[in-house]
Amino acid sequence: MLYGQSESIFVLREGIVMQKFLMGNEAIAWGAIHAGVNLVCGYPGTPSTEILETVAKNNDGSIYVEWSVNEKAALEVAAGASYAGARTLVTMKQVGLNVASDPLMSLAYVGINGGMVVVTADDPGPISSQTEQDTRHFAQFAKIPVFDPSSPEEAYAMMADAFALSEKYGIPVFLRPTTRICHGCASMEIADRKTPHKIEGFEKDPKWTIFPGLSYQNHKQIEARTPVIGSEFSSYPFNHISCGDHPEKVTKGIAAGGVSYEYTRETLGRSDASGTRVKVMKIATPHPFPEKLALEFLDGLTEVMVIEELDPVIERELLILCGKFHLTVTIRGKLTGDVQNAGENSVESVQTVLHKYLGLPAPDRDEELPKLPVRPPVLCAGCPHRASFYAVKQAMKGRKAVFSGDIGCYTLGNAKPLDMVDTCLCMGAGITIAQGLGHVEPDVKHFAFIGDSTFFASGITGVVNAVYNQADITIIILDNSTTAMTGHQPHPGTGKTMMGNISDKISIPAILEAIGVKDVPAINPMNLAIATEAVEKAAAAKGVSAIIFKYPCIAVTKPLPAFKINRDDCTGCKICISELGCPAISMNDMKAYIDPSLCYGCSICAQVCPCKAIKGGR
Amino acid sequence: MDMNFILAGVGGQGTILASKLLAQAAMAKGLRVRTAETIGMAQRGGCVVSHVRIGENVHSPMVPKHSAGLIIGFEPAEAVRCLPFLKKGGVVVVCSKAIRPVTSSLGDSSYEAAAMISFLETNSGKLIVIDGDKICSDCGSPKVLNVALLGAAFASGDLGLSIDEIGAAIRERVSAAYIEMNQKALAAGARAAEAQASGNGRNFL
Repeated sequence: MLYGQSESIFVLREGIVMQKFLMGNEAIAWGAIHAGVNLVCGYPGTPSTEILETVAKNNDGSIYVEWSVNEKAALEVAAGASYAGARTLVTMKQVGLNVASDPLMSLAYVGINGGMVVVTADDPGPISSQTEQDTRHFAQFAKIPVFDPSSPEEAYAMMADAFALSEKYGIPVFLRPTTRICHGCASMEIADRKTPHKIEGFEKDPKWTIFPGLSYQNHKQIEARTPVIGSEFSSYPFNHISCGDHPEKVTKGIAAGGVSYEYTRETLGRSDASGTRVKVMKIATPHPFPEKLALEFLDGLTEVMVIEELDPVIERELLILCGKFHLTVTIRGKLTGDVQNAGENSVESVQTVLHKYLGLPAPDRDEELPKLPVRPPVLCAGCPHRASFYAVKQAMKGRKAVFSGDIGCYTLGNAKPLDMVDTCLCMGAGITIAQGLGHVEPDVKHFAFIGDSTFFASGITGVVNAVYNQADITIIILDNSTTAMTGHQPHPGTGKTMMGNISDKISIPAILEAIGVKDVPAINPMNLAIATEAVEKAAAAKGVSAIIFKYPCIAVTKPLPAFKINRDDCTGCKICISELGCPAISMNDMKAYIDPSLCYGCSICAQVCPCKAIKGGR
Repeated sequence: MDMNFILAGVGGQGTILASKLLAQAAMAKGLRVRTAETIGMAQRGGCVVSHVRIGENVHSPMVPKHSAGLIIGFEPAEAVRCLPFLKKGGVVVVCSKAIRPVTSSLGDSSYEAAAMISFLETNSGKLIVIDGDKICSDCGSPKVLNVALLGAAFASGDLGLSIDEIGAAIRERVSAAYIEMNQKALAAGARAAEAQASGNGRNFL
């Protein structure tokens, strides 16, 4: 059923194809569409977000697409559909998989009917994540096969293979791209049509209800099928060995997977590496490990360098093989200190490792550069979060207070001069961390900041916990009517769905009220005096209090007329800059200056200016 | 022959669209293209680097160091930051206007555009500096800087794409209302670069 054998793949390889320039995430989406996917769920998270968006944008109406409230909900919705025979796709980033792990671990035992592919995008670096966790490890832990594409083209082709494998064994399957695959673009050939998938319908069967006795039986089956899939993967065309002339004389090997394989190819393809004798194995399915192929690769070698990102997954598998079969091959990589064990690989990092390993001259060093400006990410000019943070800061001036933050654009409130994020752990944790802090430091005022989308994703249970357990915290909901950080996805509070329908907006104040948080005001943070007063009042209340700061993200509204600085009135005190850190304001010839192309007319600089030198708007 | 380009700027300057236009123009000629972006966490104000790779023997999505024939700098300091990507004798096309980060307003780091430009001059095979502000105000929008820079890059002679091929990509990817404005900026960028090559363009520095 794998690549090259199933009918749908035949269409891809031999049928009519189109030339397209696609981002990896778009390629994954098209791979799913062409494989006849019936239902797609997910939760936004960089670098995975564009997959679901691409399906929704190119939906002919036959695919059900939703942004679920979180990854757990997404996976469960997809599981239900798969039980009924639908082909389903679930998308998330690596930390989202932690949220979805409860249903996923059990689903590996229960199994599915229609093919289910869980795309979990890993983020080496990390570039925009909390952790550098490795989904290949998660695949081993959950005993679920994982495809690991090395390019956008491969990611496209693998989707059909992943669905076929999922259905052949009745289990969910991972596709694990990394940021460079997700966000890299390539010209590629894709099919011009989809192969429709017929939904058989749900059939009642005791197998859909997990019980300890059934789990024991299923566990035995899982252990039995894992090596079978591993052996099938040994002949999977995206796993392969390459070697130049006289392979019998080659004693050094390189094993690589994901984008690191492409860095390896790039390194070996350069003129300074020409004539190098080395055997290269590419691993596109790290679990179950293609043991037979790896043994063939190890045959005749004395030494192997493993080039991979995140955890030493391939490296450990090779070490196990060497132990199991008493092979005297030295396996080098992260565990031996040859390859960096944290952060992202690059052509240069791989080149440095491989040139040393292969006895080639060290690559050129970079020239010294002059001191360059740092450009840390900042809240946008006109961002309502700046006003909200500033109002809380003003209200708590002179008081001991701790500000627990959360995941979203507003994590950027940590930057100076606002400096308003004292903790940030994971989605929804701000509200609960504040409770823990409060139980042991009752004399300190504890705030929790949470965005609207994060509130729906995992904030609500924290509020229930706070009210039930009589915590003393003030929750600040930063409601900008969108999921801003990941590129403006709708959520339950916006009422828009990915099927183009409008549903009833779910009201955050009504939820809070139902939980038992009383008198929740909805305040426009752009009026600093009113906002500060509201914070003072909420902070004085005992128990759980909350404020909703409601103002739309600048990216979903039109800018208001820009503000201007009257140079005659400006004393150059820099208070507007040192209090707010707005990227639109800078000093120009000893006076403050507002860049009109950046200003959104939010007015808060005019409100903090002690000289009344900032005028504008209407 | 494989070609590698780096486009370096600050979020919001249109770097990514410019890389898409190059990719579109190259694909229309039947060439294989790979692009990748490195973007900070913020949409605005952070560094944005687009890597564009054209050719058959291109594997890494990102340009290896010392391999770019051309760097298109939307901002002088960002062009300098990407200099390690430039191959020996490579060309730099840069917009002269510095964009100071908010940290520089807070007094943490400041820099002078002139010092950056002179560093680029010493460390590149050829440097073309254009007054992006002037072209943008002539064309009527600050948003056309990206296309003006593509025009200048074409005029440098190292883009491997003709101005008509870029123009066709603009017609394909830019919404109808802005096509004319962008074509004007493309031509203006090319003229500015040509004027400088003939020795008339450096007075504003």
